[in-house]
Amino acid sequence: MSLRNYLDKIRPNFEEGGKLHAFKSVFDGFETFLYVPNETSKSGTSIHDAIDSKRIMSIVVLSLVPAMLFGMYNIGYQNALAAGKLADATCWGMFLYGMLALLPKILVSYIVGLGIEFAWAQWKGEEIQEGYLVSGILIPLIIPVTTPLWILVLAVAFAVIFTKEIFGGTGMNIFNVALAARAFLFFSYPSKMTGDSIWVAKDAIFGLGYTLPDGFTMATPLGEIAQGTTVNTPICDMVVGLIPGSVGETSVIAIAIGAVILLWTNIASWKTMFSVFLGGTVMGLLFQSTGATPIHWYEHLVLGGFCFGAVFMATDPVTSARTETGKWVYGFFIGAMAIIIRVLNPGYPEGMMLAILFGNMFAPLIDYCVVQSNISKRAKRAK
Amino acid sequence: MANVIKLRKGLDINLTGRAQEQMLPMISPTEYAVVPDDFPGLTPKVTVREGDHVRAGDPLFVDKGCTEVSFASPVSGTVTAVERGERRKVLRVKIAPDAQQEYADFGVKDVAGLTADNVKESLLQAGLFGYINQLPYAVATRPDTAPKAIFVSALRDKPLQGDFEYELNGQEKDFQTGLTALSKIAKVYLGIGAKQAATALTAAKDVQVTVFDGPCPAGNVGVQVNHIDPVNKGEVVWTVDPTAVIFFGRLFNTGKVNLTRRVAIAGSMVKQTGYVDVLVGTPLRLILDGNIADGCHVRILNGNPLTGVIANDESVIGAHTSEVTLIPEGDDVHEMFGWMLPRFKDFSASRSYFTWLQGKKAYNLDARLKGGERHMIMSGEYDSVLPMDIYGEYLIKSILSGNIDSQEQLGIYEVSPEDFALAEFVDSSKLPLQKIVREGLDILRKENA
Repeated sequence: MSLRNYLDKIRPNFEEGGKLHAFKSVFDGFETFLYVPNETSKSGTSIHDAIDSKRIMSIVVLSLVPAMLFGMYNIGYQNALAAGKLADATCWGMFLYGMLALLPKILVSYIVGLGIEFAWAQWKGEEIQEGYLVSGILIPLIIPVTTPLWILVLAVAFAVIFTKEIFGGTGMNIFNVALAARAFLFFSYPSKMTGDSIWVAKDAIFGLGYTLPDGFTMATPLGEIAQGTTVNTPICDMVVGLIPGSVGETSVIAIAIGAVILLWTNIASWKTMFSVFLGGTVMGLLFQSTGATPIHWYEHLVLGGFCFGAVFMATDPVTSARTETGKWVYGFFIGAMAIIIRVLNPGYPEGMMLAILFGNMFAPLIDYCVVQSNISKRAKRAK
Repeated sequence: MANVIKLRKGLDINLTGRAQEQMLPMISPTEYAVVPDDFPGLTPKVTVREGDHVRAGDPLFVDKGCTEVSFASPVSGTVTAVERGERRKVLRVKIAPDAQQEYADFGVKDVAGLTADNVKESLLQAGLFGYINQLPYAVATRPDTAPKAIFVSALRDKPLQGDFEYELNGQEKDFQTGLTALSKIAKVYLGIGAKQAATALTAAKDVQVTVFDGPCPAGNVGVQVNHIDPVNKGEVVWTVDPTAVIFFGRLFNTGKVNLTRRVAIAGSMVKQTGYVDVLVGTPLRLILDGNIADGCHVRILNGNPLTGVIANDESVIGAHTSEVTLIPEGDDVHEMFGWMLPRFKDFSASRSYFTWLQGKKAYNLDARLKGGERHMIMSGEYDSVLPMDIYGEYLIKSILSGNIDSQEQLGIYEVSPEDFALAEFVDSSKLPLQKIVREGLDILRKENA
């Protein structure tokens, strides 16, 4: 309780007129992080469910942990593989190398993103919203490991300000914030986001890992397909995730663990998630049968960001369709669109990001149609 | 055989302190009060003055917009005060009861031979008509409305609500008379629960009995209307609390206004739970005297924890109060890192906590919001506990944006604030949904007047 007393003692400094009033949102943020607010209901329902937005966001972050941990290991693994030193490298060493490579990105993402959130909340006189807790970990997981930090700073700032805050904050954004950050990087710095030279960390860190030659390249399997080369990666590597790619997207198994957490807690909609895979399967089968794609339909589902997008991004409740029927349409649309972009547009080996952003754009329209059918039914009944 | 409607959506919240089926002792009050706010949508015009003598059944105030509708005094006695609040709003009319109760005589009537107009007239004369509510707007109705049907829900399934079957014991005849009287005005639908077995309910005459089999809010009359005969624009249905049906029956059977009702005293902060037979207008402090547990701040609710109104020292048994519940206030609780702990003692519909593992355990919930208010983030939360053909989230948004056309299209005429009580409970964004719906309905009513 002494901490409680201390917080009560310093609180007046942060109130209107206090010398630290400029940090009121920061104080509130930390206080509600430490203690559940004891504000009681003033009207309506006197009892409330224990769930709140902090709990929801922390469960999502928890569900991302397996993909993040595997991503760290895979960074080290790809580095050792490229250096031809896989036999010498230890499991722990590879993980540690990956962790050191990824940690700065996570820190930068959180510091910049939360910094803007805190400043914005203070400016608007609102409480800190928890949405960025999830975006902050998603962003480092959906970019290549070699992305320079200064670019990441720009992307995070752009995404938080222009796709979230100006719309009114968490819950009001039209586009998924993490994907908006990636799209910003993708179109502003294409050389850092596409190609064959960005997927493997090339520098040793504190004596860990191996320094690779400057001109070293390694394409992702999807990149190889786009270039017309045959993919030799065994399917088990694709599923386990020992392939180059964005940090968190490679391991289907790690993502599946996250999916189980999200579905069990009902935080992600199974309808959206399932229908993304359904859309991808249908389109994959279609292209496979017409010979438009050299790989099997199921390889499309396990490669690239398909699984990661389906589980963590398409199911973002704010930017996805909000009606139950709409979720089926929305998910199917994203799954199908991702494969269409991959196969039919030679410029983009990966289509998941654009498909989801496209889906975000159409989600209100899908919901509109679903709600409209309820409205028509009611209007017809009244006649 | 009654129709059975199965409902899947909803949520039963099991709270500690359910009222035991036993009668609690009662001290006779020295003062009663009638509160106009108990009748939603009413602007009262007081027709008595301090010092006036009234009999039980004499009017105390009328509806300013429709002076035919008066509101009866529950007791005979002397008006001691007409208390007003801000902008002279009438808060309560207080009456000191006579030692010997005197009743206004409205004459015993055989309801079988009455017409619709006779029934309405009798209820208006006796100051009981205002106990009838209506959809749309969820307000006390007026006699010039022509209801397409009348709905009575005998199922009280909100947490800690009083059991109507227990209240019905010994009142069966009055209940049936009340139903028959209402059936003269329009077709009456009686909604009951799957576990209710009293023959006065299952074999009620002159009504269509429908069994609602499902979790809370299956007992909400609005939910029942939505499943049986939804309200369209321009239509009106009347909704009547089952206790009011008993009041009506007593009027016809005895010629007197007798507003005695059986109220459950429940909740974790009550020492001895049970029921009391009290008149509408009985002060809560008398009923609860010596029965409040110590140990923490207590919230006294005139009603149940989902829809009840926070009571104060002046509060009395309301016109529609079927239970008084006491729960911990919770403002003295400082729960560290609550949002990341397992919180086995807390209830959650979400599986991110462990309620799902704990079977039918009863929970002691306090009045904390347990989170900060946010924009709507999660989708489908409201719909999961709203068993109506309505997109709750879209309706709430249209109310917030003040778009009346869209509110009408989305079915605002079919809802009352209590239908959103569970949605407000499960809402992870902690929005005051019942308040939003109430304000929306009030604005719409004013616009359409």
